[in-house]
Amino acid sequence: MERIPILRMGEFLLVTIQVDMHDQLALTLQDDLAERISRTSARGVLIDISALDMVDSFIGRMINTISGLSKVMDAETVVVGMQPAVAITLVELGLYLPGVSTALNVERGMERLRERLDAQ
Amino acid sequence: MSTLSQRTIDAIRSNESQLLASWSVNLEASGASRDTRIGHSEFEGQTREFLRLLVAGSATGDTGSVASNEWSETRAFLEKLSRSRALQGFDSAHTAHFIFSLKRPLFDLLQKEYATDPAELANQLWAISEMLDTLGMHTIRTFQKSREEVIARQQEELLELSTPVVKLWDGVLALPMIGTLDSQRTQVVMESLLQRIVDTGSEIAIIDITGVPTVDTLVAQHLLKTVTAIRLMGADAIISGVRPQIAQTIVHLGLDLQGIVTKANLADALALALKRSGYQVGKAS
Amino acid sequence: MRPERTGSQPVRSEQDVVLARQVARKLAVECGLRLVDQTKLVTAASELARNTVIYGGGGDMDWEVVEEGSRKGLRLVFRDEGPGIADVKLAMTDGWTSGNGLGLGLTGTRRLVDEFSLESAPGVGTRVTICKWN
Repeated sequence: MERIPILRMGEFLLVTIQVDMHDQLALTLQDDLAERISRTSARGVLIDISALDMVDSFIGRMINTISGLSKVMDAETVVVGMQPAVAITLVELGLYLPGVSTALNVERGMERLRERLDAQ
Repeated sequence: MSTLSQRTIDAIRSNESQLLASWSVNLEASGASRDTRIGHSEFEGQTREFLRLLVAGSATGDTGSVASNEWSETRAFLEKLSRSRALQGFDSAHTAHFIFSLKRPLFDLLQKEYATDPAELANQLWAISEMLDTLGMHTIRTFQKSREEVIARQQEELLELSTPVVKLWDGVLALPMIGTLDSQRTQVVMESLLQRIVDTGSEIAIIDITGVPTVDTLVAQHLLKTVTAIRLMGADAIISGVRPQIAQTIVHLGLDLQGIVTKANLADALALALKRSGYQVGKAS
Repeated sequence: MRPERTGSQPVRSEQDVVLARQVARKLAVECGLRLVDQTKLVTAASELARNTVIYGGGGDMDWEVVEEGSRKGLRLVFRDEGPGIADVKLAMTDGWTSGNGLGLGLTGTRRLVDEFSLESAPGVGTRVTICKWN
């Protein structure tokens, strides 16, 4: 079965979404991530969506859910690299993703996760 | 619908040079061919080509329906002509006159040809007149379309010129907005700001609206949407220079300002941006 | 307004939703839409195609490149022969949802496009038409 790979980088997990996802793939990723956070006791998750040219309500909801469930499992999620056109469209659609942390790119996202950990 | 008779077409063919000559005289009289924007030989080429296409088109096609296939070459020629005239800055009358001034020479020719047959003369005059009118109309339509395209392009260029995104500091961008904002302008400006954030990797964007006298509902909403989009991209936005009137509009609209940082002026906004970026500014004593 | 080119794309499975997005993107680029407008249209197409699959039990996306004066646009029609929507007005209210969505499907989608119309009859099917101009 098709799967989006999850990379482990120290205490963080990195997911780079590079394909035009169909809904089942998004749901599988959601399950896989929850399982990996629990197995590795990861403290943070980076989701790189810089290659995505579109985020609709389904993918938006997936991002929201991942962010929420990682929080419950004591891991912070940062979504990085959202394209301007995608951001404008999401806002117009009415999806503001209020509880989701964001960063410009993977590097900044990583910094943000470290800062959070250090502050704890 | 009427068609040109073979006799008429033959007459045009065998009198081609004479037709061209009196057509040029007509064009010259109106001053159309003396304009320096078009060279003499270019003009001559255009008249010759048009007459050739006219004969070719009317040999097969109906004179009343230039939209049909037989006229496609003629249409293409006229479209090219109108477009180049529009770009050269001519008005629509000039462009239409190019075709209408061919009427006189053609009428003269027909009158000679059908001197003994008034019924056929009327018939053929009508056909020619109908044909030239439709072609003339087509020219004007194309001309207008080309002009609209020119205007649209200029509007776009103006928009881009009037929206400078400036770098205030490493990682800090500012967008000083001046003048009345309409919805379209706001949209374009905001998009270029968002793109610059990505290009420069800036984490803070200041939108300064000191120079904006008032905003309407749509623009206010657009400002707030932009702030949200900036946050989704992973950067922060500060709005500075909010006038009392604009503050009233925003509150009146019941727009949610939660999580949106505002500062009285650009200086304060920059101070906050520097502080957030970890800089300390002090006097070197 | 004269139609330049038309075509159709089946929308029956989840994979078709992805295909519909790709078709919409390709056509939007050809129509000369700006990147932001392309993205809005593709996102709208994705939402509607998903509705067609999930609520309409599958259907088709018809597309048409339209022209008006010097403007070009893309019109998409999503049609299915599913159960239909009983109360169209209610369905177009912000926050309303019949499934497990976030409740911004139709109203959110409407904000992304220049023209939006919804026709539906219970037991007959649903037809949503959207259009975006350059």
